[in-house]
Amino acid sequence: MITLEAVTKRFGKQNVFADIDLTLARGEIIVIIGPSGTGKSTLLRCINFLERPDSGRITVGGVQVDAQRASRADILKLRRRTAFVFQNYGLFANKTALENISEGMIVVDKIPRQQAHARAREILERIGLADKHDAYPAALSGGQQQRIGIGRAMAANADVILFDEPTSSLDPQWVGEVLSLMKQLASEQQTMIIVTHEMQFARDVADRVVFMDEGQIIEQAPPQELFTAPKDPRTQRFLRKILAPTGQPLP
Amino acid sequence: MLNLEYMWGLLPVLLSYLPLTLQMATIAMLFALVFACLLAVVRVTRVPLLNGLALLFISFFRGTPLLVQLFLFYYGLPQLVEALVSINGVTAAVLGLTLHFSAYMAESIRAAIVGIDRSQTEAALSIGMTQPQLMRRIILPQATRVATPTLMNYFIDMIKATSLAFTLGVTELMGATQKEASSSFLYLEAFLLVAIIYWVVVELLSWGQRRLETYLNRAYQR
Repeated sequence: MITLEAVTKRFGKQNVFADIDLTLARGEIIVIIGPSGTGKSTLLRCINFLERPDSGRITVGGVQVDAQRASRADILKLRRRTAFVFQNYGLFANKTALENISEGMIVVDKIPRQQAHARAREILERIGLADKHDAYPAALSGGQQQRIGIGRAMAANADVILFDEPTSSLDPQWVGEVLSLMKQLASEQQTMIIVTHEMQFARDVADRVVFMDEGQIIEQAPPQELFTAPKDPRTQRFLRKILAPTGQPLP
Repeated sequence: MLNLEYMWGLLPVLLSYLPLTLQMATIAMLFALVFACLLAVVRVTRVPLLNGLALLFISFFRGTPLLVQLFLFYYGLPQLVEALVSINGVTAAVLGLTLHFSAYMAESIRAAIVGIDRSQTEAALSIGMTQPQLMRRIILPQATRVATPTLMNYFIDMIKATSLAFTLGVTELMGATQKEASSSFLYLEAFLLVAIIYWVVVELLSWGQRRLETYLNRAYQR
């Protein structure tokens, strides 16, 4: 239901990545890992055209967009099928927690305000922040802000939620609550693509782990396979380096 | 030394011209705000052609004295455009103040817009908002808060700048003082009194400004 075909992104003359193909089924959870600067985040941002790919085709739930011919309307359609969770939360500073979640429903989906607020309250309940409904982002902890960020993505009713290093700017004490909310979403069969460095989380939650290096998908496999028996030497090297300090078993 | 009795008697006379002064400033401020927002958005989004015109406009109105601009509108333009012959002093003053201050205000609004962190823009786009929705609902409300102290300062400047309208023959607060002083010859008393009136008005506004800022900052208290 989600397909990337030959997606290519250049900055200037430099290829960030070229001819990336990736397919997800409904309800599938993919975790993308790899060294910094290999284009993981850029790839994620290309899926909803926060970065415009230079070429390639992206299909999400029936909406197909060709990068070279994408009109503004195409891009808006695609964005309504996707939702995005940012490393730095990106909460609207002038809106309360409730309004952050209901904003898209009111403005984009044109749901009547009362109905949108009722649904936002349900979401606040699910993310465990019902008591914070009228708090502004500045008054919330990093973990709470990111849970609101996830709540906003849930409100979009998207076919896929894209997570760009959702725990990377959090103080360690808040990481757990955000990961457990994501696990909760996973158990509800929410389709997700997650870029993260949380390897234990990838093991627990991913249906498939994709290893990217230097703008290429090097290999992809279910986590038990990729973490224990990676085929490519680059994957092996990366995993040894990143797993060694955590005490997790090395491949 | 000071003729206090004269000053006391002059006070209600001068105060009766204060409404005109405040009206000119308020109307010019409202027009200037709208126009400055448009200029700022054009500058931020770099609309082709319009951006160039906005730059030229801002450069001219910041680069020449307000008094020159007022004379240009009141005495100069009617020679070029027939329809402007009947332009009255108040209209010319409001027009001049609007254009002059919108050039300054556009730059502070632009700075406020640019200062809002990019992640909110991306977040709004990611949930499918259009550029105008993003501007109206997320960026401008926050930019307003950031720009408010500066804009209030411009408003205060504007109130004082209305005094230049007396050079276009408008009998506003300053014009009235000038007339009174030249018939009584008590220049010190008259101009001291008008200075105090401007001062009190500005102080009252500054107090209002502080209240407004506290209100606008309510979303940002930890």
